[in-house]
Amino acid sequence: MRTIGFILQKEFIQIFRNKTMLPIIFIVPVVQLLILVHAATFDMKHIDMYVVDKDLSSASRQLVSKFEGSPFFFVNQQSFSVENGEDHLITNEADVVLHIHEGFEKDLMVQPGTKSQAKMQLLINAVNGTKAGLINAYSTNVIADFRKEIIKSENLIAKGEIPSAINVNFSHWYNPELNYKIFMLPGILVILITIIGMFLSALNLVREKEMGTSEQINVTPIRKYQFIIGKLLPFWIIALFELAIGLVIGYFAFSVPILGNISTLVLFAAIYLFAVLGIGLFISTVSSTQQQVMFVSFFFMLTFILMSGIFTPVESMPGWAQNLNIINPFAYFIRVIRMILLKGSDMIDISREIVSMSLYALISLSFAVWRYRKVA
Amino acid sequence: MAGENGYIVDVKELTKKFGNFIANDRLTFNVSPGEIFGFLGANGAGKTTAIKILCGLSSPTSGEATIAGYNVYRETEKIKQNIGYMSQQFSLYEDLTVYENFRFYGGIYGLSRKVIRKRTEELLHELNMEKVKNRVIHSLPLGWKQKLAFSVAIIHQPKLIFLDEPTSGVDPITRRQFWEMIYKTAQDGITVFITTHYMDEAEYCGRVSIMAEGKIKAIGSPNDLKSQYDAHNMNDLFIKLVRN
Repeated sequence: MRTIGFILQKEFIQIFRNKTMLPIIFIVPVVQLLILVHAATFDMKHIDMYVVDKDLSSASRQLVSKFEGSPFFFVNQQSFSVENGEDHLITNEADVVLHIHEGFEKDLMVQPGTKSQAKMQLLINAVNGTKAGLINAYSTNVIADFRKEIIKSENLIAKGEIPSAINVNFSHWYNPELNYKIFMLPGILVILITIIGMFLSALNLVREKEMGTSEQINVTPIRKYQFIIGKLLPFWIIALFELAIGLVIGYFAFSVPILGNISTLVLFAAIYLFAVLGIGLFISTVSSTQQQVMFVSFFFMLTFILMSGIFTPVESMPGWAQNLNIINPFAYFIRVIRMILLKGSDMIDISREIVSMSLYALISLSFAVWRYRKVA
Repeated sequence: MAGENGYIVDVKELTKKFGNFIANDRLTFNVSPGEIFGFLGANGAGKTTAIKILCGLSSPTSGEATIAGYNVYRETEKIKQNIGYMSQQFSLYEDLTVYENFRFYGGIYGLSRKVIRKRTEELLHELNMEKVKNRVIHSLPLGWKQKLAFSVAIIHQPKLIFLDEPTSGVDPITRRQFWEMIYKTAQDGITVFITTHYMDEAEYCGRVSIMAEGKIKAIGSPNDLKSQYDAHNMNDLFIKLVRN
């Protein structure tokens, strides 16, 4: 215990004496959190629409103005040529082309009994499938709205011509305003504290190898577990501190609700950090330079992040990928932090995750201690 | 204190192989407590490999060796408690102060904070370096760092200290001071096991061994060896032995 105390004292002196370390610990996460949360939003607020209105009727104008009135669409160009519209799609000046065929109004107001359909077309840039899906959904909503108004104004229902549509009422639970920021912030916070914890501790240990001080350490009677704990605890404390900063920023700058119990979250984070710091230290015990550590950790980080469900729902991944997430510590923490903050889940709801993560931490730390060799 | 037969370093038929390459070929020698033993040899002769085995950093392929009575196969951690080690690669923490280095190493050898303070004062006083106690290592000249590294290596008063080319790269005056420290240390009863490439330094040792191609070619006091091989000085002797 005393030995660990001496190691901790030395580590903290070195961390706080390092001029680049302090900004990395205190400023980088704050700046990243404030910027990344805004960047990682899936809300589409500005869809550029190109309108080709060949009908030029009051109905077609009504439809276009409906799009103009929507907060999502921005009608910036208009012409009578579909080819022009396609050009705009190619040059990325438009995200979607709305093509209203000639005779649109006539077909719309057709007399009862005849079978005729009003024709219009949406050309959507689908390079980004998610975005295209959203544009499609938003447009369909606007058009459905338009249809309802037409039906109302023409009083078609009263005439018994068109059955009224089934009306579905939505209620968005846990995030009623569908605010992406409060969904993304916990995820980005997880990334940040993992990077800080895992990278810094891994780099720290391998730096001793590069400087040659690890050889000196290896000829002392220090125990392997003492050394690993001495290397782990400082960054464990710093990472938990980052979590606290992140939650404060989330609460005050992004109004992230904190519905669950903070202490449950801290408990889980503490276990989680032991697991990822164990991975980091393990990587550094098998590496001999800081570059190697960087590349290997980067590989793991990227894989963990993209598989974890932070940007894309895990449920939409193929089955084998979902199964791989069993060994992805990120996936656990992302799920847990969202459950606790946004849904107010308590200890019992996350008990399975706590058990899995504890096992994970035990394994990764054992590997790190086992693989650390007191040889030159 | 020492092994069964009174030797602090007792090595028999010690062999280390890396694949087909034999780095140490059946080394046999011993060192008595309080001796200054010079472990000489050309670059690549296998000195560092042997020292690493004797320090418990690496395991021999075959043969036997005990350090202060502890077995190099099974009792490496006990060996480590009883030896000091200073390598050619400089190894104090550059970003810590002199005192912080003493405190850290003293701490991991299990000394109390009080003892660490006392030992640091003694050692810095001997070096006449009390003034630099709170200076960061990185701001000191190389020769000072080497002397400090030596002091740190004996802070826990080991029975034996291994010095692996401690004087490479320092000026003649510092080298001389360094040897004064070595003599002082030996007088205090700490056995000194030193490697060096400076043949004038070899003359200062009580006994030396000379290695070439993984084998010990000769062992004895500098004067005995010189007359035995009909050499004018250690330089001459070294070249004669290593060439053949």
